[in-house]
Amino acid sequence: MAHFDEKAKPFSHKWLNERMAVDTVKKVLSTEYWIPKDINFLWAMGMILAATFGILIISGIFLLMYYQPDVKTAFDSVNYTIMSEVGYGWLWRHVHGVAASVVFLVIYIHMFTGIYYGSYKRGREMIWLSGMLLFVLFSAEAFSGYMLPWGQMSYWAGMVITNLFEGFSPTIAGGVANFPGFVEWLRGDYVPGQAFLTRFFMLHVFLLPLVIIAVIVLHFATLRLPHVNNQKGKEIDFDEAAKLYKEGKKKESKVIPFNPVFLSKDIFVMGVYFILFFYLVFFHFNFAMDPVNFDPADGLKTPAHIYPEWYFLWSYEILRPFNKDLGLIAFGFAQVAFFLLPFLDKSPVVAPANKRGLFKVWFWVMIVDMIVLTVMGKLPPEGIWTVIGLVAALVFIALFAALPFITKFEKKA
Amino acid sequence: MSNRRDFMGMALGSFAALGALGALYAAKRTWDPLPSVKSAGFTTIDLSPAQENVLVTEKWRGKPIFILKQPANAPKSDREIHVAGGRYLVVVGLCTHLGCIPAYLADKKQFKCACHGGEFDSLGVNTFGPPPRPLDIPPFKISGTSVILGETGPEYEKMLAAGLTLKV
Repeated sequence: MAHFDEKAKPFSHKWLNERMAVDTVKKVLSTEYWIPKDINFLWAMGMILAATFGILIISGIFLLMYYQPDVKTAFDSVNYTIMSEVGYGWLWRHVHGVAASVVFLVIYIHMFTGIYYGSYKRGREMIWLSGMLLFVLFSAEAFSGYMLPWGQMSYWAGMVITNLFEGFSPTIAGGVANFPGFVEWLRGDYVPGQAFLTRFFMLHVFLLPLVIIAVIVLHFATLRLPHVNNQKGKEIDFDEAAKLYKEGKKKESKVIPFNPVFLSKDIFVMGVYFILFFYLVFFHFNFAMDPVNFDPADGLKTPAHIYPEWYFLWSYEILRPFNKDLGLIAFGFAQVAFFLLPFLDKSPVVAPANKRGLFKVWFWVMIVDMIVLTVMGKLPPEGIWTVIGLVAALVFIALFAALPFITKFEKKA
Repeated sequence: MSNRRDFMGMALGSFAALGALGALYAAKRTWDPLPSVKSAGFTTIDLSPAQENVLVTEKWRGKPIFILKQPANAPKSDREIHVAGGRYLVVVGLCTHLGCIPAYLADKKQFKCACHGGEFDSLGVNTFGPPPRPLDIPPFKISGTSVILGETGPEYEKMLAAGLTLKV
């Protein structure tokens, strides 16, 4: 048995150290978790996401105290009770709505930063994959949350998205990939109704957040050994750099400790971010509140124009220009394409996209294409918009199909 | 089985797997539509008040049902229901693409879906856009001048056998 000092005061540093090795844990997770110096503000997006997730949980807890997951009362419990009766209820709702929208903006910045600097390969594959898993989970969390106010957009988004799970047409391959019964099972009814609302409520407030927290822990764990990337994609000898830092040669060392040095940079960026965030919450919350969802759900009336929240528009637009079966394939492809990135990129080079020849072109075309898809997804499916949407969807698919060849060529160069 | 420990491991694993399967089945059944939801799925609609080329919308299983009396001079179709001398189109009013409700444009005799631009003619047959098939015909049984939706009569069985609609 390990040695325990009988005289150590309960809960003193020594007492805790003997029982839980607090010093070692602190070193491993914070004071001797080394971060390269050669980074910029984009490296703060991870902690900004963690903070925004925290804000979503806190505002969600307060909304949960008055929200009623009942098809008859849900709409009023949000739009009347929380908004005008509950003291500061409007604050929690606007914070929750704005954070749910802004969190995707930061997720996209975080993702594209990773792609630009090549932070998804050469030992960092698990960081990328767990991060993409978080993206999918956040998407499910956003969708399930969107059902809860039980407005027209909630109902019809629920109808359209659950219908996707019907699979392919019965005429394709004798109907092996057609599951009409699955849609009813998913909803617990022929159409989105009470069973649907209560189960999505359960997913939104319990199961999905629980899984998200677990995957955030996994995401942090995948980062610990490979360490974060740096602006030049250089491989750093962390042992040597850490030795210099601990010897007091902080200037010569290429690294800083996560806590308190890197964290203080993070908190500065977070400060700037929260000024913008609360400006939106107090003065521009309307961008996160679709007017169509202020009509109560009505199963006999489809809104004239259905579109998802801005962060889903690009993948929605990839689905839209095709017929049902091709659309489903294209949509499925859009969902997994980014997961495959570490394996589609055949070049061993870890460097900013600007230093990688054709990959630079690939990266910027991809960004522009995603923006075009997003804009087209919001416009009605008419005339020239349909054509531009189709071209942008085809470009997206072509980009991922071309990536292995582009990056292979880069290896030779 | 090389030794006792392997045997114990396999025995434990098999019992645990059995329990997990049972729990999965219970979870699946919990997500099934409730018996009350299923048993509320029958609706009787009287077709006689409908007027030619004027769309009537009713509700069955929470879904809109379109009833469209065909004009006397319109070409005949297998998709119509004949009741008391009248010819009616009775379909589920959800686009077969992703389930939005198409609008009926009486002057063009056409259904148009605003979500993804799909179009159907006055017999519910898809003519343009992403919808993969005509509007679905709900199971029906003719009773006097009414149809009972949810029950299946010989006329519906015939349509189903002829492949004019999917089972909904």
